[in-house]
Amino acid sequence: MNLWVWLLLACLLGYAWKLLGYLVPASLLRHPRMSRIAGTMTIGLLASLTIVNAVASGQTLAFDARMGALAAAGIALWLRAPFLVVVLAGAGAAAGLRLLGWS
Amino acid sequence: MKLLQSPAVRVGLSISIATGLYGISFGALGVTSGLDFWQTMALSLLLFSGGSQFAFIGVVAGGGSGVAAMGAATLLGMRNGIYGMQLNALLQPRGWRKFAAAHVTIDESTATSTGQTDPDEQRRGFWTAGVGIFVLWNVFTAVGALAGSALGDPKQWGLDGAAVAAFLGLLWPRLKGREPVAIAVVCALATVLAVPFVPGGVPILIAAVVAAVIGWFSHGRSDEGLEPDMDPYAEHHHPGSDPHRHPHRSHPHRSHPHSGGDAK
Repeated sequence: MNLWVWLLLACLLGYAWKLLGYLVPASLLRHPRMSRIAGTMTIGLLASLTIVNAVASGQTLAFDARMGALAAAGIALWLRAPFLVVVLAGAGAAAGLRLLGWS
Repeated sequence: MKLLQSPAVRVGLSISIATGLYGISFGALGVTSGLDFWQTMALSLLLFSGGSQFAFIGVVAGGGSGVAAMGAATLLGMRNGIYGMQLNALLQPRGWRKFAAAHVTIDESTATSTGQTDPDEQRRGFWTAGVGIFVLWNVFTAVGALAGSALGDPKQWGLDGAAVAAFLGLLWPRLKGREPVAIAVVCALATVLAVPFVPGGVPILIAAVVAAVIGWFSHGRSDEGLEPDMDPYAEHHHPGSDPHRHPHRSHPHRSHPHSGGDAK
């Protein structure tokens, strides 16, 4: 139940960002520094989410089958594979490495 | 059938199918991260922004709190405000359309619209991609969520690896040139260093602060990182195309909107 509250709040705030662009005077958001921060933060958050999902296990760092998934996804992206193929490559690598006994 | 002859509508439809399909991966990862079917659907219906949605379930899957998940999703949604400002100047929607346009303002609909030069085509491109992706993204989220809950042990299927791949896939198109790569590496390092010392989810917010500080003090491209996950015009022009070079510019009337830029 508690998660629902944060989830709906996230939805509300997400929509608020979008609507803000349409409602506030353009000059406020047109400041180059604003779009610059929106951009660097997008890169930083996605990089952080990638690495957290690859190596974090609660509050400890683990080197497991997910590293194989990261490598496989990197190779797929390097080969310009479409997004869904990249995701499948990551799943396949993690599942495959576990079958081979690497947790 | 005159509409189908519009280049923007055709691009909008193809990007809708490509983007909508990967809603399957979101749906499957949503239910295996600990959300139930309707929580997963609520994110696709109401939050409707791929990066923010993956961020929310990514934090929850990593044992993070609801408030940290909300924080990551919200910070990742900031760029949609920049897109909204740009599209408002471009399309000038009136009345209820403003509110509808805001909801479907995402990377892909913005890129489809700004990649066109004719105002009517910009409008058609935006609405086709926005509404098309919204419908298909939700349909395929439901398919993925139903499939995901039938899978049993998600680790056996490598779904935790799929999440890693999904985030790298979202990050990849934004890594054009040395500077964004440096930002990504610094933020990844900050995250890893923080993991042992703070509760789950917080390392991601620390990385966001680091990235914001870099953005505040450095002087690079002001549209760094503001690229669509999937380039709507990749098929139509050279691989180096990027329709989304200048999100802060209100009227990108360019004779060659897709020339220049780095490889995706």
